[in-house]
Amino acid sequence: MASEHGEEVKVLGKWSSPFSNRVVLSLKLKGVAYKYSEEDFANKSDDLLKYNPIHKKVPVLIHKGNPLPESLVIVEYIDDTWTNNPLLPQDPYERALARFWSKTLDDKILPALWNACWSDEKGRDKAVEEALEALKILQEALKDKRFFGGETIGLVDIAANFIGYWVAILQEIAGLELLTIEKFPKLYKWSQEFVNHPVIKESLPPRDKLFAFFKASASK
Amino acid sequence: MAKNDLKLLGGWFSPFALRVQVALNLKGLDYEVVEQTLSPKSELLLKSNPVHKKIPVLLHADHKPICESLIIVEYIDEVWTNAPSILPQKPYDRANARFWLSYIDDKLLTSTKSILMAEDDEAKKPHLEQIEEVLEKMEEVFNKYSEGKAFFGGDTIGLIDIGFGSFMSWIRVTEDIIGIKVLDEARNPSLAQWAQSFAAHPSVKGLLPETPKLTEFAKLLILQWTASAR
Repeated sequence: MASEHGEEVKVLGKWSSPFSNRVVLSLKLKGVAYKYSEEDFANKSDDLLKYNPIHKKVPVLIHKGNPLPESLVIVEYIDDTWTNNPLLPQDPYERALARFWSKTLDDKILPALWNACWSDEKGRDKAVEEALEALKILQEALKDKRFFGGETIGLVDIAANFIGYWVAILQEIAGLELLTIEKFPKLYKWSQEFVNHPVIKESLPPRDKLFAFFKASASK
Repeated sequence: MAKNDLKLLGGWFSPFALRVQVALNLKGLDYEVVEQTLSPKSELLLKSNPVHKKIPVLLHADHKPICESLIIVEYIDEVWTNAPSILPQKPYDRANARFWLSYIDDKLLTSTKSILMAEDDEAKKPHLEQIEEVLEKMEEVFNKYSEGKAFFGGDTIGLIDIGFGSFMSWIRVTEDIIGIKVLDEARNPSLAQWAQSFAAHPSVKGLLPETPKLTEFAKLLILQWTASAR
């Protein structure tokens, strides 16, 4: 039985956020039952202010009344606590590598993709160049594996959810071609494996809703 | 000697490299430090960390290089399981330690760099407030986690001690350059005491760069930052 701890698990999240989504994916992959609470940024809930007073950001995981912010910190905690379907490898070197790529995704790769999709005319060329370089680095890390985690979804796959799902939507809105089958065949293939994975598939926010949400932001 | 074939690409000036050295010392390991310069970057560094081109990098036996200071520290703790443990035992405590370090790396490091680059008192103000806020928060965290003992990790130094403590020399240098004391015995008594305990710890002693030397280095670095920001 996956939920061996049984105590209440609560997630404070935002449906459109890839960071919130990472937490949801991890819990779903482990079959852990949880209560989800949608946060409205314009009107932060008492829970959010109480449980994440420092950053006032989602996601926050609350387990046995103990709060934890920061998506990647939460994902490792989930992996530590519910040990079925491990997200991190056993070997210390492989673990270090998984952590390195997850951090690089947050520090370098996600920002490059995000900036490119929201860049104005002036900064566009440089931003696109950096985004393509970032995707190249990520594809090299994948090598010929099905997932970054090997045969199963791992920490890096979860950390790369933005690349696997959000980028396709954002690049369409921006009128850019960043992650395409022609430019990055292996990485593109991975993105398809990712979004079609049975558990991931039902845990991602609906495409048309996400598209409409970001399109509305783009028009502002 | 295969198991302990350890090389650290580090720099005397780097608080990140220091984190790794403290961890290696804590575990009682033999290792070689290959001192790096900020520029030009060595072939070995560029080959070992092509993605970020930064120190520290740990080269361990036949393994490929391991990069990112806190990731290296966790690796060391997982491979050499002899006491003392660097990470706490319980998952929630481990997660908290990682969280506080991401907070420090995010808020303290960026505001320190910004304040050093700020041209006048007006420009310094928001960064000063941020630094003071972080230190106030860490004072609370220390009081909560140390349970009356010398370190964040209790009796022995742990992840937060290593991650945060390695930054102390840079805090001193920042104070010298901006002419304002931020780590204040009056405002942060626990942290001030802890900083001394950390500096005196056998795994740390002698490794903290001397303030005058680091200040000179910092001044050159600030010029570089300012030049590339234009």
